[in-house]
Amino acid sequence: MALYNFKRIQPIPAANDFLDIVLSKTQRKTPTVIHKNYKIGRIRQFYMRKVKFTQDSFDEKLNAIIEDFPKLDDIHPFYSDLMNVLYDKDHYKLALGQINMARHLIDQVAKEYIRLLKFGDSLYRCKQLKKAALGRMATIMKRQKDSLAYLEQVRQHLGRLPSIDPNTRTLLICGYPNVGKSSFMNKITRADVDVQPYAFTTKSLFVGHMDYKYLRWQVIDTPGILDRSLEQMNTIEMQSVTALAHLRACILFFMDLSEQCGYSVTEQITLYQNVKPLFVNKPTFIVINKIDAKRPEDIPLEEQAMLKEISEKDDVQIVQLSCHTDEGLMDVRNLACDKLLADRVDFKLRGSKINDVINKIHLAEPVARDDIPRPPHIPESAKNRPRFDINDPKRPKLERDLEAEGGGPGVYSVDLKKKYELGKVDWKYDIIPEVMNGKNVADFIDPDIEEKLDALEREEERLEAKGNYDSEENMIDSEEEEMNKVAEAIREKKKLIIQAHRASKMMKNRPIMPRTAIKRVSRISIDEMEEKLGKLGLDTNVIRARSRTRKRIRSESVGDEIVRDSLSVTRNASTSRDPSSSKLNIKQKKESEKQKKLAQRKPNLHAKVGESDRSIKSKKPKHLYSSKSSIGKRDWR
Amino acid sequence: MRLEKCYFCSSTVYPGHGIMFVRNDSKVFRFCRSKCHSAFKHKRNPRKVRWTKAFRRAAGKEMAIDSTFEFEKRRNVPVRYDRELMATTIKAMKRITEIRSKRERVFYKNRMAGNKEKQKAENIREIQRHIELIDTPSDKIKAQVAKIAEKVQQTDMEIS
Repeated sequence: MALYNFKRIQPIPAANDFLDIVLSKTQRKTPTVIHKNYKIGRIRQFYMRKVKFTQDSFDEKLNAIIEDFPKLDDIHPFYSDLMNVLYDKDHYKLALGQINMARHLIDQVAKEYIRLLKFGDSLYRCKQLKKAALGRMATIMKRQKDSLAYLEQVRQHLGRLPSIDPNTRTLLICGYPNVGKSSFMNKITRADVDVQPYAFTTKSLFVGHMDYKYLRWQVIDTPGILDRSLEQMNTIEMQSVTALAHLRACILFFMDLSEQCGYSVTEQITLYQNVKPLFVNKPTFIVINKIDAKRPEDIPLEEQAMLKEISEKDDVQIVQLSCHTDEGLMDVRNLACDKLLADRVDFKLRGSKINDVINKIHLAEPVARDDIPRPPHIPESAKNRPRFDINDPKRPKLERDLEAEGGGPGVYSVDLKKKYELGKVDWKYDIIPEVMNGKNVADFIDPDIEEKLDALEREEERLEAKGNYDSEENMIDSEEEEMNKVAEAIREKKKLIIQAHRASKMMKNRPIMPRTAIKRVSRISIDEMEEKLGKLGLDTNVIRARSRTRKRIRSESVGDEIVRDSLSVTRNASTSRDPSSSKLNIKQKKESEKQKKLAQRKPNLHAKVGESDRSIKSKKPKHLYSSKSSIGKRDWR
Repeated sequence: MRLEKCYFCSSTVYPGHGIMFVRNDSKVFRFCRSKCHSAFKHKRNPRKVRWTKAFRRAAGKEMAIDSTFEFEKRRNVPVRYDRELMATTIKAMKRITEIRSKRERVFYKNRMAGNKEKQKAENIREIQRHIELIDTPSDKIKAQVAKIAEKVQQTDMEIS
C-alpha cells in the first residue's frame, strides 16, 4: 500500500511564486554587503557566489519535482495505464521533460555567466553580469508556467486517488451503470460510496476494505461501462477497463434482470460477451442483483437459456443476491473470496518460487508398528482412593481444618516440623545448635567424623611419641638477664640521643629564640658536664677549676696608677674624623644636612637598607592589582 | 544463620555485624568492619597487607597446613539431622580445637627458636660498642664486658 502513495508529492508553486521563492532565498542566504573599493577578486567571488547559489536553488527545486512524480515506466502497469487515462501520458511526459530541460538550461546559463564573471573588471560590470544571469534564469523559468500549472493539477488529483494495492486480494465489481455495484460495495465493506438512482453516480474508482477469514480484502468499485468499442469510451469508463485489465482480482459482473437500470438483459449479456476477453484467467462470477424485484426464474425463457449458455460455456458461476433485502449477500461474498483464494494459491503453486517453500514442508505420518494397546499407567492406589468429600465426617483432616480448630487465621501457627522424617520421632523438636565457640557447627557435620577424629587422635599419639611436644625449658640465667638489661638501657639511651639530635636539627623554619634566652643546646654547660661525669664516676674538680674565672690575687697587684700607666702601651687606634674639625661654615653645614636628608628620602620611602639594597619588597602591591581601572597608567593610581 | 569470614582479614563476622558487598557478577564479599571494607575499596591485596590472616598464612607466620583444618569445611551436602551425630560432632569440635591450639603453640615455638641466639649476639655487640652510654656501669657488668672482650679477641685470633 505504501508503495503507491502519491500523497507525499510536494506542492508545486506557480512560475512567479517559484521565482520569488528562489530569488528571495538567494538574497537571504548570501552576503549582501559589497563595496567597489574591495579587491576585485572578492567582488567577483561575491557575485559568482550569488549566481551559483541561485542555480543550485533552482536545481534543487526542479530536481525535487522530477524525482517526486512517479515515472510511468517504473510503476505498476495498472497505475501507469490509469494515469494515461486520467492525465494523458504524452502530456505528462512532456511536462516533466520540459522541467528537466529548464533545469538543464539554467545550469548552462549559470556556467556561462560564471565564466564571464571571472573576467569582470569592476563592481559595476560584475553586478550587471549577475543581474543578466538571474534575469535569464527567470525568463527560462517563466516559460515553464504551463508545465508547472499542469503538474500541480496532476499532483492534486494524484493525491486524491484511492490507494489501490495491485497485488493484494481484490474483488472487482463491474457492470452496466445503475445495476447496484456501489450498493453492494457499501453492504460488504466499510466504505461509504454515494448511491443515487441515476447512471454514472460513481465517476472514478473507489476502494473499500473488509475482513474475511482473518485476511484483509480490497474491494474496488468501478464506474459503470457501456457496451461500445474502446475508442468511443470516455475517461470514466476507461478507468473501469484499466482496472479490469490490469488487476488480478476476482471479478463480479453485476447484472440487473429487473431492467430497472434501463438496459435490457440482452444488452447486459452482450456487454459481458464483449468485455469477456478482460476476464481471462481470473475467477469470474455473474452476479444477478435485485432478486427482490425479479428472479432469474421469472425472466423469459430465451434469456434464461442465454444465461445458462454463458455459464456453461465459460465455466462462470451465476449467483444471486439482493442488496435491498440482503438476501444471498454474504454467500456471494464468501463464494467469491474462497474462489479467489484458491485461485491465488493455485497460481503460486504453478510459479517457480514455490519449490523453496515446498521443499521445507514435511508432514510425518508414522505407521502403527503393532496392535498392542499401550494405555497410560494409573497406579491401583490412586484408582481406589476415595474421593474427597467435604461433608464426610471421616474425611482426612486438612491443614485448613487444623487452622480453624487452632483459632483461625492469625492465631494458629503452622507446625512446620510436624512432618520431618528423622531417625527417631522425638528428634523432631530438637533445638539444633548453630554456633559454638566462634565456629559454625554445620561446617563440622560429617557422617564419618568419628573415623576422621580417630585418625587424628592416632596422629597425635604418634607425634607425642616422636617428641614433638617436648619443649626445652626456656631457662634464663641471671647473667644473661643482666646483659639483656644493660643492652636494653643502652638502646634506650641511643634512642634518646638520636631524638635530641633530631630536635636540634629541627630548628629550621621554626621561630627562633634570642640567643640570650636559649638554654644552650649544642654546648654542654659546665653543670651538665659535671653531673654527667659524676654519674660515670669521674673526678670533675679539674674541669670546674679550669672553667672558673681566675681572680687576681692581692699579691699580684702592683704599685699605683702611675706604675700601671707606665706599663700600659698606648694604643694607635683609628678614630673617625672629628666633625668639629671640618672647615665648613655653619651655612654650608646646614645645606649639606639638607642635601643628605633629601637624598635619603627616596630610599627611605622604599624602605631600602642602603645604597646597595636592590630588593623589591612587594612584587604585587595591593594598590596596583585591586579594583577596576579606568583610563590611566597602571604604575600609579 | 551462620558465622561468615571477612573477605579481607578472614576474621569471623557475626550476624548483624560488618557489611556485605555483592558485585555485579553476584560474588559476595563480607567485611568485618569499615577498615576491611575501605581496604577492599582501595583495591589492596589482603596477601600483601601485613595485618591480615592471608598475609600471615602466606608468609609462614601461622600454621597453614594441618590435618585439623580438614574438619571445618563447607560441605554443601545436606545431611539429615541425627541426634547422635550432632553429639559426636560437638564433642569432636572441642577435641579438635584443643589439638589445634596445642599444635599452634608448638608451631610458634619452633618459629621463634632461632631468635634467642640472635638476641644474645646483638646484646653483646651493643654492650661492647656503647657501654660508655650507661651512666653507672656496675662492677659486675664491667667484668662481664671484659670477659666478652676477651672472648671476642680469642675468636678473632682463631679466625685469623
